[in-house]
Amino acid sequence: MGVFDPVIELSRGLGEVLRTFLFEPTVTVQYPEEKRAVRPRFRGRHVLKRYENGLEKCIGCSLCAAACPSDAIFVEASENTDEKRFSPGQRYASTYEINMLRCIYCGFCEDACPTEAIVLGDNYELSFTDRRDAIYTKDFLLEPVPTGELLTPRKVDVGVFTRSVPEMKDPTD
Amino acid sequence: MDWTIWVEWIVKGAVLCLILLTGFAYLTLYERRALARMQVRVGPNRAGYQGLLQPIADAVKLIFKEELTPAKVYKPIFFLAPILTVVPSLVIAAVIPLGTSFNLFGRVINLYVANLNVGVLYLTSIASIAVYGIVLAGWSSNNKYAMLGGIRSSAQMISYELTLGLAFAIAIVLGNSMNLADIVAAQKNLWFVMIQPVGALIFLIAVLAEVNRAPFDMPEAEQELTAGYHAEYSGMKFALFFMAEYQKMIVVCMIAATLFFGGYREFWFLKDTFFSVDRFWFLGPIYLLLKVVVLLFFMIWIRATWPRIRYDRLMAFGWKILLPLSLAVVFITATGILLAQELNNQLFLWGIPLLSILCALAAVVFIYRDLRRKSHGRV
Repeated sequence: MGVFDPVIELSRGLGEVLRTFLFEPTVTVQYPEEKRAVRPRFRGRHVLKRYENGLEKCIGCSLCAAACPSDAIFVEASENTDEKRFSPGQRYASTYEINMLRCIYCGFCEDACPTEAIVLGDNYELSFTDRRDAIYTKDFLLEPVPTGELLTPRKVDVGVFTRSVPEMKDPTD
Repeated sequence: MDWTIWVEWIVKGAVLCLILLTGFAYLTLYERRALARMQVRVGPNRAGYQGLLQPIADAVKLIFKEELTPAKVYKPIFFLAPILTVVPSLVIAAVIPLGTSFNLFGRVINLYVANLNVGVLYLTSIASIAVYGIVLAGWSSNNKYAMLGGIRSSAQMISYELTLGLAFAIAIVLGNSMNLADIVAAQKNLWFVMIQPVGALIFLIAVLAEVNRAPFDMPEAEQELTAGYHAEYSGMKFALFFMAEYQKMIVVCMIAATLFFGGYREFWFLKDTFFSVDRFWFLGPIYLLLKVVVLLFFMIWIRATWPRIRYDRLMAFGWKILLPLSLAVVFITATGILLAQELNNQLFLWGIPLLSILCALAAVVFIYRDLRRKSHGRV
């Protein structure tokens, strides 16, 4: 260690900080204005998907509720008819509720779903001011109908949508 | 006595207090923004344009916070201590000249509250009173961490006050007066920092210790003392300590500017130009503000850079390095001026900075020897 090393080291520190102050761009993300894109496998708030023709994918089988480790999901199924059809097949979810205070975002519901109806989306901006508001209902979770399609329930031709689970096109998928 | 002089004093005092209080509020914002920038962050920028309303938001928050008085504190002193800390930090600024003078309603208004002929002594005495607030806060809290913080603070402040006093003496000798207005006037041709750079450096170091700023922020060493002397304070009483600390920062920067950086005067090379304070009185406060902002930036910069110095080394540095160095520098300054006067040779004045810098280099060597001895002594 040279005689002037302590002074030199202290000055170098000062110089580095001044360089940072003057030239280094900040790393802060100005959150509400600019948002970082989430990762592809990010698990955010659930979304209930629809087919391209606007019918709901959820068939009310309650497998997600059975898979849920924290018992956050409640599903009640009702019968579809061709007069009032919500989803393909025999039944649809007349009630679909997720208690967001219980959900741990494990994604087991997503894995259990036979029709890929429930998906953990990329929305992480969840807030509520009341415990009752924490229970997200089906209207809230269901994604909007694709443009040009009819709303559910709708009247459909008899005998077209008989299969609850779509036929697997590629068995390795 | 004319009644208008009372009005003048009251108005000036109130304006000075308002300047310091506003200055404190915006110094917190300045520090947070500058510090953030040094740490590659942005800092508070939400309340108002670029965070300019943040101090108001902080003040409102602190005022409405619950104030807790622990059961076993010694209440009279517990209440008195924050006041005892804030008041000196406000009244100390009374003797600092903020500018020249101007005419208002046929009166000459001087831009200082009081023109004491022993202004420097006033500064040192008021600066010492601030120790009481801190030590009493620590003692009355009935908390060992607060107590330790207060004791440390008092020990530190008393130690560095000697150095600070000697640094004051340098400015007194150079200005040939204890009156701060005279000291500023004497810097018309050349700032004292040019004649005595080491003196200015000693002053700035001592001042850092005196206002308990990093790297000398011993009383508030979080890792060792939780929060230090104000561990038991909350709400507005805590805010008063905070306020005192930041006002002291502003005030010591004003003093440093006054003693060594030309005070309210313009840069020495601008002395007879259009930008001279002799031409426009309102330039005085502006120049002083600029100098204070730059000096405050140095304080923030040092806080962002240097780690806290260990307590025994702080004391060793104060007593073994800084005090002898400042004594030597005072001696050199006084001798140089005396020789220049007696032998009527201005060249001796230039011996002052040269010899002082040599002394400072010797001090650096002593620090090095000390550090080396310490590192060898340890296994």
